Amino acid sequence: MLLAGRALLILALAIALYGIVASLYGARTRNVASRGGLDGRAWIASGRRAVYALTGTLLVCFALLELAFLRSDFSFELVATHSSTTTPAFYRATAVWSSQEGSLLLWVVLLSTWSSAVLFITRNRAREIAPYATAVLLGFAAFFCGLLVFLETPFAQLSPAPIEGTGLNPLLRHPSMMIHPPMLYSGYTLFAVPFAFAVGALATRRLGLEWLRNTRPFALAAWLCLGIGVILGARWSYAELGWGGYWAWDGVENAALMPWLTGTAFLHSMMIQERRGMLKVWNVSLVLATGILAILGTFVVRSGILESIHAFGASTLGVPFLVLITVMIVGSIALVVSRLPMLRSEHRLDSLLSREAVFLLNNLVLVALCFVIFWGTFFPLISEAITGRPASVGPPWFGRFVVPLALVLTLLSGLGPVFAWRRATAANLRRVLLVPTAAAGVVLVALLATGDVAERPAALIMFCLAGFVLAVVAQEFWRGVRARRAMSDDSVPRALVSLVRRNRRRYGGYIVHAGIALLFVGIAASTAFQEARDVRLARGETARVDGYELTYVRPTGNLDVASNGSLEKIDLGAVLRVRRGGGDPITLRPERSFFAANDPSLGSISRYFEGEATSEVGLEAGLRRDLWTVVSPDVRNLLAIAREGDRVFEQARSLPIGERQAALGEALRRLVTLYGTEQAPARFRVLVSPLVSWIWLGALVVFAGGLIALWPAPAGSRRLASTYAARVARELSRA
Amino acid sequence: MIAVLAVAVLVIVAPLRRRREGATGGAGSPERAELEAAKEAKYREIREAELDHRTGKLSREDWRALDAELRAEAIELLRRLDALDEP
Repeated sequence: MLLAGRALLILALAIALYGIVASLYGARTRNVASRGGLDGRAWIASGRRAVYALTGTLLVCFALLELAFLRSDFSFELVATHSSTTTPAFYRATAVWSSQEGSLLLWVVLLSTWSSAVLFITRNRAREIAPYATAVLLGFAAFFCGLLVFLETPFAQLSPAPIEGTGLNPLLRHPSMMIHPPMLYSGYTLFAVPFAFAVGALATRRLGLEWLRNTRPFALAAWLCLGIGVILGARWSYAELGWGGYWAWDGVENAALMPWLTGTAFLHSMMIQERRGMLKVWNVSLVLATGILAILGTFVVRSGILESIHAFGASTLGVPFLVLITVMIVGSIALVVSRLPMLRSEHRLDSLLSREAVFLLNNLVLVALCFVIFWGTFFPLISEAITGRPASVGPPWFGRFVVPLALVLTLLSGLGPVFAWRRATAANLRRVLLVPTAAAGVVLVALLATGDVAERPAALIMFCLAGFVLAVVAQEFWRGVRARRAMSDDSVPRALVSLVRRNRRRYGGYIVHAGIALLFVGIAASTAFQEARDVRLARGETARVDGYELTYVRPTGNLDVASNGSLEKIDLGAVLRVRRGGGDPITLRPERSFFAANDPSLGSISRYFEGEATSEVGLEAGLRRDLWTVVSPDVRNLLAIAREGDRVFEQARSLPIGERQAALGEALRRLVTLYGTEQAPARFRVLVSPLVSWIWLGALVVFAGGLIALWPAPAGSRRLASTYAARVARELSRA
Repeated sequence: MIAVLAVAVLVIVAPLRRRREGATGGAGSPERAELEAAKEAKYREIREAELDHRTGKLSREDWRALDAELRAEAIELLRRLDALDEP
């Protein structure tokens, strides 16, 4: 299987290279018949089919690797270093992409799959652009296949194969973490599609609407997948990392957010080009920048460069990625500059009171946000390169710039829907802004009257703006339903469904805006009004945090034994009884899980406390607030006993392995039981964060809206288009 | 491995074999594709302008003027599409 895997990767590389040559040759000779009756179109079709063949080859490759993980075939070095027989089957299946090599393979599998999809859909369209787009997509695929063949092969052999693997990193044993990488990579690779078609459009000078029409669904799907990936990462951070936050402005998080922001800008600005033929330079630049940022994101995650500039030199991937990114930047600039005369706008902005103007502002804010995040993310590298000392910027630095920009963005997401295209009149604006402005006013008065919200002006403004946005969206739906009912006599629910079905892009977009408003409310509230306490409690003691009473009832201990009888981890935790006001008490069970280190020199028993440790959060989530707690068990007594045990086991080396394992299991069981009777206090971190659930709810609303906007237009809409076509045709005949 | 290689080669060379055998595929011109995309966008613009009017964002007068302008642009697009069919 190892040999077959390596051979298949070489075959994939060869197919990708062939496809590039066939597509480019076909594009150059498409209208020239050559000897043997072959013209360029045959080569173009062959190049396109090379993408299908590449996808099939890589899928077989990926299946081989999956099989090795599921069978715990430790002759695969990758399996031995990232899985074990004790790793649950679900995590064995998903451990493939916990490694560098598996991630790169997943990346190129997803890229080739999306490339096949777009090329199949456009096989009878975009005939001039598609060959160049094919060559670009295959160029990316060849790059990643090259990395897998020459630098980071997932099919390296380990001989002799060990009996047991080192296991999956415990921090990655979380369901959302297993879906998070494929979603992020889907986002990155889907953004390669608009990038490739933009390059094709620039190369062929076909800079009208066709490339936009063909790539819009893929840009939207990329935006959706990347957004889901980012949110899953945030959720994992909140529930698994034990620090209580969902966003740390970490370089890897930022790397995923940047293309999402420029992708959001593109999804708005492309509508202006569709309608007015404006912003052509801006649109191609945004798409190209988004594609480059997607590759940069992959580079950041895979090279470890943000940890230190020295990691760049240590990483085998640093130089190839840098070359690829340089080629993409230089090539993009050269293409755009050389096509500037063809990218002139067909119209000018009619009025500053228009949806175009709001979208333009929204684009500037989104790009400014991206720039701020880019600067903050790469500042440590720049600083280290210049001064020799890394100097990082923390969350307060990001907050200083991101908060005002997010406030403006929220305001614009409310203003966009109420402005008409081309020109809005002051009278109409007054009418459509009345209710949303009043809603924002009501929110302001209510919050000022009820508490200390005024002490956090940024949060207060955000709540008011969110009220404004939600009112705008509700008003748009209400007005739309009313208009629909005036034409059809439908019931309200039927009119609502019909309205959304016939105008998916518009109303899907409005739902996204409502979701973003909810999400920003959650972020503002949980950031500004979070109550955090570190408490040390003995058994039976009670602490009070922001209206909650937490009583440490007792410690808990558990040995987690895998299905094959070997020890997976030791869980030491606490039972907490929690009460708020006069309500019924609830029970939380935060735990700290200890995974054994693989180094036997750390001691037969002590090594179980010297490996990775993860926190299982005790969480009481609600719409109004989350109570979040982690425990830090006091294991000093246990460690002292463990060291004594190490000495005993050191002297008992002559024991047969079976007896030794049985004795070790018994010793650990007693240790854990002992912890259950422990009287020593435990440390708890307790956070009370208002409205965190609104972040996850808002994200769900955003993705629902995104799906509605992405879903193909129903037959009804197409019939409507035909009706319009007939009406326009009649006017044409009269003209 | 051999099977994958064989299938890949068959898939990739099929268009080259078909062309040799004399089959040719009909191709819409790039100009037509561009105009079709522009027409689709124009129809969407007309529908959205009407929705803007019905939801109170455009007065009747503004909408009528805009609608007439958009329809004129659509007519121009249809003219150009028809012109592509002329010999």
